[in-house]
Amino acid sequence: MYSEKVMEHFMNPRHVGEISDADGVGTEGNPVCGDIMRIYLKVDEEDKITDIKFKTFGCGAAIATSDMVCEMVLGKTLDEAMQVTNAVVAEALDGLPPNKMHCSNLAADALHKAIEDLKSRRQKRKAESS
Amino acid sequence: MLRVYLDHAATTPVRPEVVEEMLPYFTEKFGNPSSIYRIGWENRSVLDDARDRIAAQLAADSSEIIFTSGGSEADNLAIKGYALANQKRGKHIITTSVEHHAVLDTAKYMEKLGFEVTFLPVDEYGLVSPKQLAEAIRPDTILVSIMYANNEVGTIMPIKELAKVAREARVAFHTDAVQAGGSLSLDVQDLGVDMLSLSAHKFYGPKGVGLLYVRKGIRLDPLIHGGGQERRRRAGTENVPGIVGMAKALELANAEREENMRRITALRDKLILGLRDRIPEIKLNGHPTQRLPNNVNISIKYIEGESLLLNLDMKGIAASSGSACTSGSLEPSHVLLAMGVPHEIAHGSLRLTLGRETTEEEIDYVLAELPPIVEKLRAMSPLYQE
Repeated sequence: MYSEKVMEHFMNPRHVGEISDADGVGTEGNPVCGDIMRIYLKVDEEDKITDIKFKTFGCGAAIATSDMVCEMVLGKTLDEAMQVTNAVVAEALDGLPPNKMHCSNLAADALHKAIEDLKSRRQKRKAESS
Repeated sequence: MLRVYLDHAATTPVRPEVVEEMLPYFTEKFGNPSSIYRIGWENRSVLDDARDRIAAQLAADSSEIIFTSGGSEADNLAIKGYALANQKRGKHIITTSVEHHAVLDTAKYMEKLGFEVTFLPVDEYGLVSPKQLAEAIRPDTILVSIMYANNEVGTIMPIKELAKVAREARVAFHTDAVQAGGSLSLDVQDLGVDMLSLSAHKFYGPKGVGLLYVRKGIRLDPLIHGGGQERRRRAGTENVPGIVGMAKALELANAEREENMRRITALRDKLILGLRDRIPEIKLNGHPTQRLPNNVNISIKYIEGESLLLNLDMKGIAASSGSACTSGSLEPSHVLLAMGVPHEIAHGSLRLTLGRETTEEEIDYVLAELPPIVEKLRAMSPLYQE
């Protein structure tokens, strides 16, 4: 049912975990099927992603897409990371079963939320310091 | 790596004795029982004999057995066939919210045809009470359909008492006994039911064959029109090898039932207690004692069922879950939800169903392999705090 790549990322995910001093955290969920994905990220002064971790409650596809999105954007800039979509993640995994494309393919959304969180924290800090 | 099959509620392997009895009817004894020459009429008597043998196992009369393509067809025939034939007496049907989809979706279809259906709620164990049923019966109620044992959580309904309530109200009573076949008594006189569905592949018979027991005097419209087979209640050339196989499988299952069930119940309880000892925050779904001897259904908090099944499969263990991903819809198990299990916990349900060949070694293997899988998935879960 799943591609070899999905199974590999599902069975041996490389980016599971939390970052206690993350610069941004994003959570995305599908209330119907119950998946919850949370992404933590850290960036350097050039806005390059230096560390990224995830925690996911969900099926094989949910876990594999979470791991894959982390892998794809580690070392990339925030602008580049914003270009990564759910469809791109699914493609990088050699595709997902059709019924999983909508319910469990939310990792890029969680990433984008983490980036938004990072930016809004920055703006808040700016507002406070000015 | 051990290969451990713990999904006997889904299907069972056909016993070699059953296969052996079936084989001649695919090849040299291939005749159509309705044909008038020897190779045909010989199979007519084979069919009659199989029907007698099956009827004997159910304490029924041979004329009360209708062979079908399986459990789903039997359920459909009972509900649609009875409702359509008896709609002049009323258009109200009662069933429960935890039925197999073969009953549930058929009942919903009857609503489209203008029938009214009451779906009785269940308690936290998945039970309906005779009192609940008595209160739901109306003057226009014509049929009650309540499963004998639940396919997901294994809860055994008080069928005798429920059937008695229906009988006293002069309402026909059907039971989907598909999961009970091979595990529980199928004596229709003792149960007091008017109709009962069975499927051969749940008790080590072949797939594609089942039956509906229909008490004498119960009128049914056929679903499949055509030839005059099955006393004009189910057209189509009879599945002779399948029916012969079902007869053999049912005889073997009933002959070995008590001994098998004692052994399997002990293994089941070892599995339940072992899982409770080894994995924190799990919950047994279904009734603690009033449950099928082979059914274990637990919810493992903070993790999702499909992830669990894939990991178990990697270890050679075949099981099933009520999670949305594995239920074939976006919703988790309707049975668990009806029992009041919260959504996120229903997603983490695991069903392990034992069989006649399940060994203690296999149970020990599961008890060794499952806890580290749960630990690994919980470590990934944003819902879990150590």
